[in-house]
Amino acid sequence: MVTITKDHVADVGIDEGIKRLTPEKIKQAVDRVLNQESAARLEVYLKTCVHCGLCAEACHTYLSRDKDPNFAPVSKVRNTLWELVKRKGDVDGDFVRNMARIAFLECGACRRCSMYCPFGIDIAYLIMLIRRICHLLRVVPQYLQDTTNSHSATSNQMWVNQDEWIDTLMWQEEEAQFDYAKLRIPLDKEGADVMYSVIGPEPKIMAHLIANMAKLMHITGIDWTMPSTDGWDNSNMAMYSGDFEIMGRVERLHWETAQRLKVKKIVMGECGHAYRGAVYDGPRWLGWKFPPIPMVHAIEFYYDLLKSGKIKIKQKYQEHVTVQDPCNTVRGLGLGEKLRYIIHETCDHFTDVHPRFEHNYCCAAGGGLINCGPPWKTSRMKSNRVKADQLRETGAHIVITPCHNCHSGIEDIIDYYDLGMHTKFIIDILMETVDFPEE
Amino acid sequence: MYEFARGPLVWIAFAVFVFGTLFQVVRIIRTAKKDKVVYPYMNGVFSIRSIFHWLVPFGSHNMRIRPFFTAVSFLFHFCLLITPLFVMGHLILIKESWSFGWWALPESLTNAMTIFVICSGLFFGLRRIANPTVRLVSTAGDFLLLLLVLSPFFTGLLAYYQAFDYEATITAHIVLGCFWLMAIPFTRLVHMAFFPLTRAYMGSEFGYVRNARDW
Repeated sequence: MVTITKDHVADVGIDEGIKRLTPEKIKQAVDRVLNQESAARLEVYLKTCVHCGLCAEACHTYLSRDKDPNFAPVSKVRNTLWELVKRKGDVDGDFVRNMARIAFLECGACRRCSMYCPFGIDIAYLIMLIRRICHLLRVVPQYLQDTTNSHSATSNQMWVNQDEWIDTLMWQEEEAQFDYAKLRIPLDKEGADVMYSVIGPEPKIMAHLIANMAKLMHITGIDWTMPSTDGWDNSNMAMYSGDFEIMGRVERLHWETAQRLKVKKIVMGECGHAYRGAVYDGPRWLGWKFPPIPMVHAIEFYYDLLKSGKIKIKQKYQEHVTVQDPCNTVRGLGLGEKLRYIIHETCDHFTDVHPRFEHNYCCAAGGGLINCGPPWKTSRMKSNRVKADQLRETGAHIVITPCHNCHSGIEDIIDYYDLGMHTKFIIDILMETVDFPEE
Repeated sequence: MYEFARGPLVWIAFAVFVFGTLFQVVRIIRTAKKDKVVYPYMNGVFSIRSIFHWLVPFGSHNMRIRPFFTAVSFLFHFCLLITPLFVMGHLILIKESWSFGWWALPESLTNAMTIFVICSGLFFGLRRIANPTVRLVSTAGDFLLLLLVLSPFFTGLLAYYQAFDYEATITAHIVLGCFWLMAIPFTRLVHMAFFPLTRAYMGSEFGYVRNARDW
């Protein structure tokens, strides 16, 4: 028997979706995902798992919820996929509700557990199959589905219209011109070296980040541009809601925009899942082995600027800092060393976290978790006590979080567990430490 | 019965084990083509790197944080595979049948290894009951499989010490050993054959694609 979680959280997207289900619809969706859309990996993973439970210690939800066995990665698969396979999709609404909760709220697809499984079973992939089934059943947390709807209608995550986008860029250009009168945010400049792309929330709620990046581009003399058209957003919540068709559309538009502008590479802001979507999941869905041109993550970009001496540090940041290794750029791209190089170059007082690098704990915000919105916040906080403990141990005041999901998610954790810290992006630190030449 | 067990049944068991395992591996390698994202990202160097880290005792972080379990697990698997290949009784039979063979390990050592397999197997069984997570995800099949794996070792030991009727014990030993072999391709014991495949894929995804370590 599967374990059904007892404390019910009301979510219109899930609750209303369940009401529309019929046994045939469920069976059809399960059959499509398990028998048509997946093949060897699913079979091998299910047959190879020896039920040893060695993945348990990897998971922040398991560790944070007093080692409740139902939160171990293998148990999440047991309570969803094993049963679906065994019953050939013959399950009821309560089962689907429970499975949606496990897949969307209790797993951030951070893949830490893959590093603890002796066989390297990609448990996050198995959980993504469940999300895919939930998407086909239209049982998706309402807030997360809203971001997918936005991607579908506007190609960006936050319902930003084109006029608002252009207006925001011009506004940030003016902001940056307080420091550099000649600074421009070049729109649609064909043949530029770099297209800079951001995630939807930047123009919507953190527009100053765009002005900050413009200043860095300006003082380093990089030939850059931003698109004025759709395709500027590199984020992709459809990837996490299981709507892979929309995910593919979003990524194709993003890459085609870069192609249309004939740029040599894309530089992206400090976001983790956006890298995953743009470089791994998106291209694979589209049938491309790798993206057509390189994508440079902000961590790498800053690292290159510092290492090559294109930016110089005037005075180091004085606050006591620590760091969050985001899953998609450290476990997913190996940028842990470069991240620390940047911190050592810019900060005087740094205490590293433990565990770190690939072994760092998930923020419990990425993977679509924070996008499930306010109904799930308390649950999300309970599921990441281990992150609070890890950060508290450093004694730092600032957590450098080079990922939007980590940034917002960890700020929530700091608040909930009263850690007396704040999160900052690397660029926030750079703005206070880089030697900006007088014009 | 004894004659059938030590003759045709052993041949059948080895044939089922070898061809069954080959069949499973080949079938998976072929269906992996349908998973279009597997082969383009496979890489030999990173596959081997990953397999190496997970074959060497204490080669991964997860092994280092639970040293007792790691030691027991490695010794269990080692003794499980090595004992049947180098135990005196088996080699005598092989030499009798084919007039060639290889050196055997001292009997005191293979006895100790056999006892270790049984004890550590019981430890795994107890762990399945005592550890709440493992208990939750354990099925009746997991316990039966463990019993099947241990049974040839247990009966082998009984036969060696001639504790009961020798012919009955040795026949049981051979029959159970044959079932053990035949179960490999068709039960979770297939993890033996799939281990290199799953590790190679994950090693490639982490190393070749993502520039990261998976241990």
